[in-house]
Amino acid sequence: MSKFKKITSNQLFIPLMALILLAVINLINDPGFFKVTLGTNNAGYPVLSGYLITILDYGSELGILAIGMTLVTAASGGQDISVGATIAIAGSAMLRVLCGGNSRPETIQAPIIVAFLVACVVGMLCGAFNGALVALFKIQPMIATLILFTAGRSIAAWINNNELPIVPDPKFSYFGGFIPGIPIPTTVFIVAICIVIIALVLKFTNLGLYTQAVGINESSSRLNGINPTLIKFISFVILGLCVAVAALIKVSRLSTINYSVIAKDIEMDAILAVALGGNALSGGKFNMWSSILGAYVIQFLTTTLYKFNVQSDALAAYKAVVVILLVVFSAPTVRDYMGQLMKKMSLARKEAA
Amino acid sequence: MRGINKSFPGVRALQNVDFKLEKGEIHALMGENGAGKSTLIKVLTGVYTKDSGTIELEGKGEVAIHSPQDAQKLGISTVYQEITLCPNLTVAENMFIGREKSSITNWKQMNADADKLLKKLDIPAIATQQLSNCSIAVQQMVAIARAVDMDCKVLILDEPTSSLDEQEVEKLFGLMRDLKAMGVGIIFVTHFLDQVYEVCDKITVLRDGQLVGEYEIKDLPRVQLVAKMLGKEMDDLSDIKGEGKQYNGADAGETVFEAEQLQSDAGIKPFDFHIKKGEVNGFTGLLGSGRSECVRAIFGADRVLGGKVKVHGKEVKINKPLDAMKNGIAYLPEDRKVDGIIGDLSVRDNIIMALQVMTGFFKPFSRAKAEAFADEYIKKLNIKTASSDTPIKSLSGGNQQKVILARWLLMHPEYLILDEPTRGIDVGTKVDIQKLVLELASEGMSVTFISSETDEMLRTCSRLVVMRDRKVVGELSGEDLTQNKIMSTIAGGE
Amino acid sequence: MMKRVLAVLMASAMTLSLVACGSAAPASSGSAPAASGGKIKVGIINNDPNESGYRTANDADLKAKFTEANGYEASFAYSLKNDEQIQYAQNFIQDEVDYLLLSAADTAGWDSVLKDAQAAGVKVILFDRTIDADPSLYEASIVSDMAKEGQTAVDWLAGQNLSEYNVIHIQGVMGSAAQQGRSGALDTKVAAESNWNIVKQQTAEWNAEKAQQIVQSVIDAGTPFNVIYAENDDMAKGAVAALDAAGISHGVGKDVVVMGFDCNKWALEELLAQNWNYDGQCNPFQSSYIDDIIKKLEAGETLSQKTIIMDEKGFDASTITQDDVDNYGI
Repeated sequence: MSKFKKITSNQLFIPLMALILLAVINLINDPGFFKVTLGTNNAGYPVLSGYLITILDYGSELGILAIGMTLVTAASGGQDISVGATIAIAGSAMLRVLCGGNSRPETIQAPIIVAFLVACVVGMLCGAFNGALVALFKIQPMIATLILFTAGRSIAAWINNNELPIVPDPKFSYFGGFIPGIPIPTTVFIVAICIVIIALVLKFTNLGLYTQAVGINESSSRLNGINPTLIKFISFVILGLCVAVAALIKVSRLSTINYSVIAKDIEMDAILAVALGGNALSGGKFNMWSSILGAYVIQFLTTTLYKFNVQSDALAAYKAVVVILLVVFSAPTVRDYMGQLMKKMSLARKEAA
Repeated sequence: MRGINKSFPGVRALQNVDFKLEKGEIHALMGENGAGKSTLIKVLTGVYTKDSGTIELEGKGEVAIHSPQDAQKLGISTVYQEITLCPNLTVAENMFIGREKSSITNWKQMNADADKLLKKLDIPAIATQQLSNCSIAVQQMVAIARAVDMDCKVLILDEPTSSLDEQEVEKLFGLMRDLKAMGVGIIFVTHFLDQVYEVCDKITVLRDGQLVGEYEIKDLPRVQLVAKMLGKEMDDLSDIKGEGKQYNGADAGETVFEAEQLQSDAGIKPFDFHIKKGEVNGFTGLLGSGRSECVRAIFGADRVLGGKVKVHGKEVKINKPLDAMKNGIAYLPEDRKVDGIIGDLSVRDNIIMALQVMTGFFKPFSRAKAEAFADEYIKKLNIKTASSDTPIKSLSGGNQQKVILARWLLMHPEYLILDEPTRGIDVGTKVDIQKLVLELASEGMSVTFISSETDEMLRTCSRLVVMRDRKVVGELSGEDLTQNKIMSTIAGGE
Repeated sequence: MMKRVLAVLMASAMTLSLVACGSAAPASSGSAPAASGGKIKVGIINNDPNESGYRTANDADLKAKFTEANGYEASFAYSLKNDEQIQYAQNFIQDEVDYLLLSAADTAGWDSVLKDAQAAGVKVILFDRTIDADPSLYEASIVSDMAKEGQTAVDWLAGQNLSEYNVIHIQGVMGSAAQQGRSGALDTKVAAESNWNIVKQQTAEWNAEKAQQIVQSVIDAGTPFNVIYAENDDMAKGAVAALDAAGISHGVGKDVVVMGFDCNKWALEELLAQNWNYDGQCNPFQSSYIDDIIKKLEAGETLSQKTIIMDEKGFDASTITQDDVDNYGI
């Protein structure tokens, strides 16, 4: 009983269970599901392929966003629903710098690193805007971020005068694809770098402690000398940075952008990742690794659904089912009931023995 | 109400309490926190079910009240301190919502009825006005009007005046007197002594869930009332103190902290204050008199509006808690749940919190160091917890308080402010904390100690600042530190 | 107070999104009343130009044609919502425009406002999309025939004489006219021929990223295929990105035939480079047809036909020229 409780109360339990469940379903359906093969791409370089690689590759943006979304959720007790739109803004800014306002340039007009840094600044500015509304003006996060959610994609289109620029340099496509000679998708490395950075930040600063303290009890945190306004603000700025990195990957995948569909509905997946990681959406304590794992579980689900030929406009419905299950299983009453059920069962077993 | 009993797990909240309210009478229900006032009211209004005892109502004999609806049907209405109306609706809608006679509302009729009632009760509001546009006092009155219109015979006003200014209080009292003339019996719960003497006919005093007595207002001078509330008869107030005095070596020390005309946005009048090295002093006064607001202003917890603050004679700016902490000031807040504990975090994180913030954002303690800090204080203060990893919210109140205390002691402050550190915790821990305070002072720490229990204060403090109605009204030390003197200063006037 | 700040912010966000969508709101045209100095006053209601490259080209074409130099005084209004478009139409009628040009977001709900237009003497010309209203309520409609586009493409594919057709069919937003027209021809052909198979049929909602994932999923499953039939260029591009990563060759004389629609300039360049095989045109250049009709009506001529279906080509990678790219790319 106590062992059972210990396992189930671990935050990684829910996403891990979901992962195992999905893996088993796929394995039964197709024993070759986990096969990874080494082939060559059309540029003649070796690349790995297979469902697992696909999941790792396409889950990258979500994994990166989950980092920022976890912090925002923990500190503010609310969620940022504007990440999809701000990806469009940051991506558009990146293309504007790379193509210099010309939709079909012969060469890139600025180094990729400059474009990326500009996108980072733009992303963080969007985050700062949301953060100021939430932290300073005490507006509910979902309402505050509704502003950029509504206006963001139009702003993105405005940045490039409604043009859809195409980046001519093949190097730009490495970020969302493969670097020649390296068979692992570049996105995997980008995520790894992000994870290492956030792990270092959490280890060598008090960001985690402060964020949780503010999320759990703002008034008490203040009396302990923490500045809750600043912490909330910072969490949104960090999410803005994550958005810029995600935008780099998204735009790089096709070397172009479509303002109205890029990263569509990704905010809901990012929020779902946080919830799936067992983090309370009302804020407070968080487990970063659990959220990131949650992100890959969602991509696993998406890939599985594509495999089973589920219409992609029906994906949302399946995700809704996951949300319902999550809500039900994390409800205290259900947990109590399950606990009692386990108790009874172990008692019955003892009696039988 | 006769012989009311009510127990909660571990506490007997009401023991054999009698209460009598006559028609056309304003009756004050007095007592310090935890005396049982609100429990009694909740039993009367059906929020709680009594364990035993009877409630009788004029003409109806014994009545059964099992739910707030029952109470309302019998004509018992309550107006709470926080407005429980809907601010987005109009005055008239608020007065009639939930009790329309048919499902179709006749708006014209409703507004006309509302205006009539407002006029009758002389309430300065218009039926069609949105409630949130009215002042708090008028909102309060609208709530009363709603109650009155429901044929109420018994009206309970729970701390209605705490957020009103003097003129608004006057208006409210006018309304209460009108209702009294109409024959409504009013139960008035308040902490403000002056208001009791201004408007009430009778006083019932509760203490620790027991009835102290019912008195005619003219028979009970203020000092007596305070004595009854605090549980000390005037006569046997000899010097309980004594033992506290031996720790009183404060006169020699230098002044550690000094405030001049300090004022915050929490509604207290500007005050002066100082404390010396190794001194234990305190703020006393009834609940709501502004004790906590004073120390919150010192710590920068409320927004400071004016005044000067000096630490070791040097002027410093304290605008936020971190400023105070950097100047060696620590503050254990009054409301442990809201301002003290960080519930979901572990005991360890709760202990290191303040020192960690002081140390800096980029210098987190290593796990081993945090563990060592936590273990040291868990042992030192004898905190009962399964491990330092246990979330603080699963500890008992007393142990939670010790964790918060540990948090501030870990900071090694020069000046420690304890606001009601002993409230709601068991006797053993109370004694521990008092002993600790005196021990700390003997080691040279300055401590400000606030408690609702005067004997605690007398046992520990060598100087008391007395407050009434958000104003400092006196300072007592040396020979003046007696129950008698404290109570007469609190009561004022006579 | 906070609520008010929020309200202002929200309102400005909404306004911003409108401003970004279209440069001129219809109200601005009210400044110059009826005396238009011999110029023909037109009010143009279109969908949001950000919607797609097609729409961007369509809007640019209209803007280039209806200029003062060409004798027009034009006002533009954009929305993807029918009710907003109707509101704009009413504003234009009040402004007494001579012609109302309309690309309706939705087919239903236009009757009453078009009657108002008729009563006010405003002539209505539909472009790009038809509506469910009595033909007497408008002068002409200039449209693309999506079903014909699909048929042209499927006929071309059949002409490739592959021994077997294993098709990945990537659809647009389900229920849209373009999706229905372009899917219909293929579905009919697959049902009729024994050597035509659908390997995967899924909607990517005009979204390149989704198309990429769908094709990736087929590749991961190891199912063989030799045709990608994507209902627009964006989705074809996403599909090709997945092929490239997996080392599957595509284009003229290669393993997989790639087909797209809309004739974006960059897509035609892919054809020219032999990376893709076919691109079907969906002609966004309706302005010259409209201009023609207005000229005729102004001259008092009657129109020979009410519905004008534009010429639309299908381009084959083996025959496309640089001139085609320049002339037909959008």
